[in-house]
Amino acid sequence: MDYEGIGTEARERITAAQDLPAVEALRIALLGKAGSISALLKTLGGMSPEARASEGPRIHALREGVTAALTARKDALEGAALEQRLAAERIDLTLPAPLTPRGTVHPVSQVMDELAEIFADLGFAVASGPEIEDDWHNFTALNMPESHPARAMHDTFYLEGETDDHRALLLRTHTSPVQIRSMLADGAPLRIIAPGRVYRSDSDATHTPMFHQIEGLVIDKGIHLGHLKWTLETFLKAFFERDDIVLRLRPSYFPFTEPSVEIDTGYSWQDGRRVVGGSGDAPGHSWMELLGSGMINARVLAAGGLDPDQWQGFAFGVGVDRLAMLKYGMSDLRAFFDGDARWAAHYGFAALDVPTLSAGVGARP
Amino acid sequence: MKFALSWLKDYLETDADVAAIAARLNAIGLEVEGIDDPAARLVGFCVARIISAGPHPGADKLQVLSIDAGGPDPLQVVCGAPNARAGLVGVLGLPGAVVPAGGMALKVAAVRGIESHGMMCSAREMGLGDSHEGIIELPADAPVGTAFADYHGADPVFDISITPNRPDCMGVYGIARDLAAAGLGRLKPIAARAVAGTFACPVPIRTDDAKGCPAFYGRVIRGLRNGASPEWLQTRLKSAGQRPISALVDITNYLMLGYGRPAHAYDLAKLSGAVVARRARDGESCTALNGKTYALDSSMTVIADDAGVHDIAGIMGGEHSGCSAETTDVLLEIAYFDPQCIAATGRKLTLTSDARARFERGVDPGFLDTGLDLLTALILEICGGVASEIARAGAFPVAPHRVAYDPALAERLGGVAIAPDEQQRILAALGFTVDDAWAVTAPSWRPDIVGPADIVEEVVRIHGLDRIASVALPRVDGVARPTATPLQKLERRLRRAAAARGANEAVTWSFLPPADAEVFAVADNALWLLANPISEDMKAMRPSLLPGLLRAAARGQARGSGASRLFEIGRRYLRGPGGRSNEALSLALVLTGEKGPRGWASGKAALFDAYDAKAEALALLAEAGAPAENLLVMGEAGAQFHPGQSATLRLGPKVVLARFGMLHPATLRHFDLDGPVAAVELFLDALPARKPAASFARASYAPPALQAVTRDFAFLVSAALPAGDLLRAVRMADKGLIVGARVFDDFRGPGVPEGQKSLALEVTLQPGDKSFAEADLKAIAERIVASAGKLGGVLRG
Repeated sequence: MDYEGIGTEARERITAAQDLPAVEALRIALLGKAGSISALLKTLGGMSPEARASEGPRIHALREGVTAALTARKDALEGAALEQRLAAERIDLTLPAPLTPRGTVHPVSQVMDELAEIFADLGFAVASGPEIEDDWHNFTALNMPESHPARAMHDTFYLEGETDDHRALLLRTHTSPVQIRSMLADGAPLRIIAPGRVYRSDSDATHTPMFHQIEGLVIDKGIHLGHLKWTLETFLKAFFERDDIVLRLRPSYFPFTEPSVEIDTGYSWQDGRRVVGGSGDAPGHSWMELLGSGMINARVLAAGGLDPDQWQGFAFGVGVDRLAMLKYGMSDLRAFFDGDARWAAHYGFAALDVPTLSAGVGARP
Repeated sequence: MKFALSWLKDYLETDADVAAIAARLNAIGLEVEGIDDPAARLVGFCVARIISAGPHPGADKLQVLSIDAGGPDPLQVVCGAPNARAGLVGVLGLPGAVVPAGGMALKVAAVRGIESHGMMCSAREMGLGDSHEGIIELPADAPVGTAFADYHGADPVFDISITPNRPDCMGVYGIARDLAAAGLGRLKPIAARAVAGTFACPVPIRTDDAKGCPAFYGRVIRGLRNGASPEWLQTRLKSAGQRPISALVDITNYLMLGYGRPAHAYDLAKLSGAVVARRARDGESCTALNGKTYALDSSMTVIADDAGVHDIAGIMGGEHSGCSAETTDVLLEIAYFDPQCIAATGRKLTLTSDARARFERGVDPGFLDTGLDLLTALILEICGGVASEIARAGAFPVAPHRVAYDPALAERLGGVAIAPDEQQRILAALGFTVDDAWAVTAPSWRPDIVGPADIVEEVVRIHGLDRIASVALPRVDGVARPTATPLQKLERRLRRAAAARGANEAVTWSFLPPADAEVFAVADNALWLLANPISEDMKAMRPSLLPGLLRAAARGQARGSGASRLFEIGRRYLRGPGGRSNEALSLALVLTGEKGPRGWASGKAALFDAYDAKAEALALLAEAGAPAENLLVMGEAGAQFHPGQSATLRLGPKVVLARFGMLHPATLRHFDLDGPVAAVELFLDALPARKPAASFARASYAPPALQAVTRDFAFLVSAALPAGDLLRAVRMADKGLIVGARVFDDFRGPGVPEGQKSLALEVTLQPGDKSFAEADLKAIAERIVASAGKLGGVLRG
């Protein structure tokens, strides 16, 4: 038999098959139960052993060659069909993808998280207290008795009514009442920061009747102004991620501290913005008042139930909004409280901008 | 407080320049808020003489001057002033100078073709007056070439802020004393000379209010003339920002500004009978020098005579007995008023004055006689007249304050070692006395000194705070310990979860317009109202965070923003026990406008609906650790919400953790919002406190080896049956094997009887050790159908 001729003819027919049904029809015609090559295989049974030994491999080779040709043709046709289908499925990927909203964290919250992170490393816990406060905690216990002229400096909002024990109620003018509450609740030693909303009856471009403050308090044995200076330097260096923070301490007056110290920091103007860093006495630099602080007044320690002969410490208070503005470059405080989505998109922070010591407590744009 | 350098130098012998003085003032706690140095403004201006003046070839009104400004060659200057003429000595601004009024920088420039090397200036241009008729004409012998600042005697003015504890520095003398102690010069003694009276004080003086006015000294001066005060005095007062009025008024102001000592002069002709310090009688009033009439009460100290009240003691004199040009005889008053009484009276009358500012902080009670001597001498010198003897009522009221001090405290509290003898020097220079046992007595002008810490402050501030070295706080071993409380962690987590879900965090005012607050008022919980709000729009403390966010959303809509997702975490202010506040932590979220814009694939813009609000509420509650899967969805979200499209999420029937849904059209109208608006409010204070787990380890778990099986069921139920009830019932059919059940279709219409709906559920079953047999699945299905049947559910074929 001319197996080669049969094979050649079969391969030609396979190659000529134009679609998958034609290939399948050929497979049945050649290799199916009644196929022509299947029929050849069946002839092997009737052959002599010698003839089978010589014909068998040739018939099998024929079958394998045809099978391979069928598979190859099938793959080629399938590949071409797939290619054609995919070509038809082409889409315009310059069209916009579905929008997913991007939320933001407010700069005040972000900065408060940053401060909590820095001060946690220095061993400060976070404390809080009520904003509708009584005059004892806000003033009297902080060495501002009724007639004290410093009360007038505070532009206090009072609430209608009073407590059941006849204390006047007001919106806290500073976070300092938390000092008293923490001392009374936890005693000494103490290291806390107390962030929160505070209120003064004041409104212009740089003052809003509500703003945010953070109080710091350290009470222990042997704490002095040198510790205060180090703590503020360390905190500001970490907060601004700059080693060139220079502080200037100026004597000042707060009823709840003695001695009282105003803290200035050196800065310069760069591209119309204040940039903290360097000495205020250096060329092109000035000093800017940043925060108030001092050694806790003995009367305040006593009001907090501590023995002033045994314990001493320092306290400081700083505006959170102002820190945020200095660090992140906002210029209008009032926009902080407007809830404008455009402002939030520009000045807000991503949910994943979580301040950490390893990645840094600041989020750069 | 403002004062000129020359005034300071009356009391302080010093060679220090303005910058050195300013630096030292800052360093010792007298904060310099500004320095107005006329010399700095006058740089580049000099005295110059016009040698010749000729016509300008190109302009009739201009002249070309040749000017001698002290240099080797004359300068050519073009000038348009009518009085410019040869021989005139005036002020020349050289190229580079900046004209004080207007700020124009001078340069060499051609004026109508003729080069001009400067400008001859008018008084107005120099900021020295209003005259602009022509250029300044100085005396002919004015030294040509001299800097005009030197010729004019420009006197720098300091503006410093005095802290309330330092009434002694509310006079220039006190500032000089502080500077001298800080090594900036020598303090000159007060040049007071006692003036002996030539006749007995004709007016009886008394104090009937020993508390409010413990000491009241006075004397009469007769035959004086109250004209304008002399030039030097007027200049001083003007430098301090005071308007000169008349010699008598100016002299009392001079004493107050120079020595921090208020005093008062009454026109004797307007007084009758004894002059008494006493409490006002209820119903009395006084028309003060500011022209306003004040109703007085018995808490207030006044100075009165037989006829009535003449002075609101220590705060403001009365108009009636004030001095005028006709005044020839005066009664001088110098008294000590109690700081607390003055402060209380001033607050009650809302009347501020320079005198009040000093008395309420505490004037020097040891300065009564000296002050009266200074006052008398000045009046006699300037106004003439003869003085009576001094009448004294009451006594020197304050005992000197003595503090037991340990010089080691300076280092213990101040963190800087200062030698005891240096401490002693500083204290002495400030007027303190120190005995051998370190008992420190404060001078009478320092009412602020009460304890040893005050002495430390004095010593350290004069020694220099810049000498304090930083000292590290002691640190715990190892890595810093976590410090945040569970509540703080909750707040941080929710904030970032809400932001991650696409919402923008807002921070809104704690106070609201009362009408906005009323809309969200909590039943049986009266609003907190401010007694003295900054405006009516900021009067009520917020009972919910939603009103503030709704206002912000409305502003956004007004600005044309398509959508807003705003949230806030913060306190709402409710009533608590004891008449105090309950400041409850909550989270509010407002969804307005388009949830998704119209799109090429999505078609029309989608608006937010109540299910969006539900999704946010559940997701955030899950973040907060609430069992979001098991919360009850109940009604009563509140009147602010759409009654049919809102709900509460509860942990058991009573504990409301959240409310959500669409807002009521009336709410939208109130807040000027275009609807629909979805809102969520989480009451985080209602979350049960969870003790933190003892260990970080999770409960053991291995994913089941066998695959879960899902089966679908469709039930016909009453249209009124909440789908949640059916789901709950189905789940309860086998709590072990049924691990999930979900509604995937809610159909009403053809094939479903009127009043009913078809709910299709996908139930997920999780086999345990071995796969489900057909019989197992059949049994579970039967239990599910039976369970649904209890709610009237009929399995659809």
